[in-house]
Amino acid sequence: MHATTESKSKAFIDGSRLITESCVRAGADVFIGYPITPANLLYLYASKRFPTMLAAPDEITTLQWMAGFATAGHVPVTATSFPGYALMVESINMAYMQELPMVIILVQRLGPATGTATCGAQGDLSVVYGTISGGFALPTLCISSIDDCWDLSAKAVETAIKLRTPVVLLTSKEMVMTLLSYDWSKLSEIKPAKVKTFDGKAPYLPYAYNDSLVPEFLSVTQKEHQVRITASTHDTKGILQNTSPEAIENTKRLQKKHEKHISDYTFFELDEQKDADTLIISYDITAQASREAVKQLRLQGKKVSFLAAKTLFPIPHEYIEIASRYSKVVIAEENLTGQLRLALFGMAGRKGVTGVNGIAKMISPIEIIEEVLRNE
Amino acid sequence: MNNISFLTGSELPFCKGCGHATITQNTEKALQKMGIDLLDVILVTDIGCHGIVDKSFLTHTVHGLHGRSVALGGGIAAAISNPTKKVIVFVGDGGATIGMQHLIGAAHLGFDMTVVVHNNMLYGMTGGQPSEFTPCGFKTPTLPEGSNKAGYDLCELITAAGASHVQRVVGIGDYSDVLVNAFTAKGFSLVEVMEICPSYGVKSNPGMKLSKLVEDSGLIIKTFVSEKDKVYSKPVNPNPKSLISDKFEVTTKHTHNLSKPVSIMLSGSAGEGIQSAAEFLSKAAMIAGLNTTKKGSYPVTVGVGFSASEIIISPEQILYTGSPIPDVLVITSVDGLNYARAAAGKMKGGILLIDETLEAPTTGAQVIKVPFRERVGARNSAMYSIFWYLNHSNIFAMDALKDVFMGNKISEKVQIETMLKF
Repeated sequence: MHATTESKSKAFIDGSRLITESCVRAGADVFIGYPITPANLLYLYASKRFPTMLAAPDEITTLQWMAGFATAGHVPVTATSFPGYALMVESINMAYMQELPMVIILVQRLGPATGTATCGAQGDLSVVYGTISGGFALPTLCISSIDDCWDLSAKAVETAIKLRTPVVLLTSKEMVMTLLSYDWSKLSEIKPAKVKTFDGKAPYLPYAYNDSLVPEFLSVTQKEHQVRITASTHDTKGILQNTSPEAIENTKRLQKKHEKHISDYTFFELDEQKDADTLIISYDITAQASREAVKQLRLQGKKVSFLAAKTLFPIPHEYIEIASRYSKVVIAEENLTGQLRLALFGMAGRKGVTGVNGIAKMISPIEIIEEVLRNE
Repeated sequence: MNNISFLTGSELPFCKGCGHATITQNTEKALQKMGIDLLDVILVTDIGCHGIVDKSFLTHTVHGLHGRSVALGGGIAAAISNPTKKVIVFVGDGGATIGMQHLIGAAHLGFDMTVVVHNNMLYGMTGGQPSEFTPCGFKTPTLPEGSNKAGYDLCELITAAGASHVQRVVGIGDYSDVLVNAFTAKGFSLVEVMEICPSYGVKSNPGMKLSKLVEDSGLIIKTFVSEKDKVYSKPVNPNPKSLISDKFEVTTKHTHNLSKPVSIMLSGSAGEGIQSAAEFLSKAAMIAGLNTTKKGSYPVTVGVGFSASEIIISPEQILYTGSPIPDVLVITSVDGLNYARAAAGKMKGGILLIDETLEAPTTGAQVIKVPFRERVGARNSAMYSIFWYLNHSNIFAMDALKDVFMGNKISEKVQIETMLKF
């Protein structure tokens, strides 16, 4: 009999609870939702926790309402899955061009199409990567553990606010719906981020920018300065242009803005072992299986390193540098085609880079261990 | 009345003779008549010829996607919820077609805004294609034989959807008072302005007069509804409580006998308490000082078919929450048997507890038949199965499970003694 030496408390919770609370503490104040499995717990918690919660009639309306709220100075959040995300894509482009802060939590499930709503997956990476027309960077953070539900959700909101941009917070069914025992006594403090507003004198140019490349915001609720917000190619005044040099510079700035600040939203976990020749890379729910695989491999005496990619897009250059140090790279992800592998190494791939892939079930530590030890 | 210029004064960006220009001019005049401040007005436009007018306005302007200006403006109106502000949305008949749901929804909810529909009966910006508003017989460059169906009667639709104020007007001359009535209405208002596109409509239908066209189409020029005052107000949660609460905490009080993780799969029928039983077992494990994870599997329609849950109980931190081959499989019904047959087949050891009325599936596990359903009935069979399993396995103190059971309202309906007969 294992006697209990101390009486300690743990919470019995799911990740959705932490994500919702974290978003609110980080400064999000409106949740607009359209129900979809497996994002429904987020919807439920948001209805209790957010200062304002609206039930939208569809996912296009969801994003449009979010943009409307953001135009009025709010920081909106929604949660969806692929079918809803697909409907949102044009509107995410709109908010991206308009430079409105918002967070879209994308809870992955098995596709294609409606697929299996109650089965997890990591199949939407390529869709998210290609969300913005022109290949522009859409900041995408991905939860790789229950701790991340808290830490990374706040960072998603903070990034959206600081860069005035939509941010995708990627996760999946088992990450947000699994109940588990969790010691939340060490949750870090979250301070709300604030939208940087224009406090100068007229004229206010809605898309004028300084070295930060982030224009200062004014809400359409104030009466001091005229605000023009637009999704079409525009100049610093926010007036629609064809392809004037000023307007195209503004469009290029959208990409440069995200590149310039990438170090502020680069998050990853690197667990390197000296003399290891193999690196396991993973993200989302499979990062947990990978951590278990690393633990077991090391117990067996196999030297192995691990990278949990938490910032997925734009891809931090650190990932490429880290991977280049290893002759063998195993990328574990719950999809058929190796979407992170493709994003990191392209169609040409790289010698020594392989994947552990599968659908319709969680990838197990055993599968990852077998791939690491293959040909040894 | 004020004399504020709401327009920049530069030439309007429309073809000669376009009705869109009269809407712009009447809008300015209506706003002047209202005496509203320039920056109390938020003009929302989208894609189509009408949408390029925002650069001519000195109000706040927001320019969005084709057909979505009503939803975008709705979001702004909902966020502001301030009657001193005026959200005006311009949309074309093409945009109203693609965004019909937004129009119906905004009217239904009563968003405090006015939509001015620029109905020139075709898509003007893209070459004159017919919209769902194109009247019967009306020709366009891509429909030279003329439309063979009537267009939407938008005003009737939006009135039925619950708008406060709806009016249709022919877009000729001074109709600023019509706009004043709409702009000052409380809640959702809509004005449909009938026009003919000078570039495509007039050329494709030579000699056709706008008023005759409207009359022949059966669309009535009138006020459909007025002076309703259904106004949406932003819902504000008066007392949002933190989701981090000690009521979700479980304190260790009992002991366990586990030295390594055990994975348990409960598989039964929806409505027979599988998920609750799994949560009870998980919480009880926590009371006994163990770590736990609990996942659910069920069809999308949660009320029928199988219901299964995977539980891991471990003295160590649990990283991987899957359990491809369970150590313990509990099957309480036919649905559960069918769902878990594959898992049972993979088991090379462990135990399989199965209701005695069921035929055991092929498995390498030790099979134990238990009269779960006969002892406590179908509804409580899953709950009973975890008591039975814990008694059998003794992985942790039974008192922990008793504590969870007695702390739940189920104990008011089900005597715990029935759970403890083995």
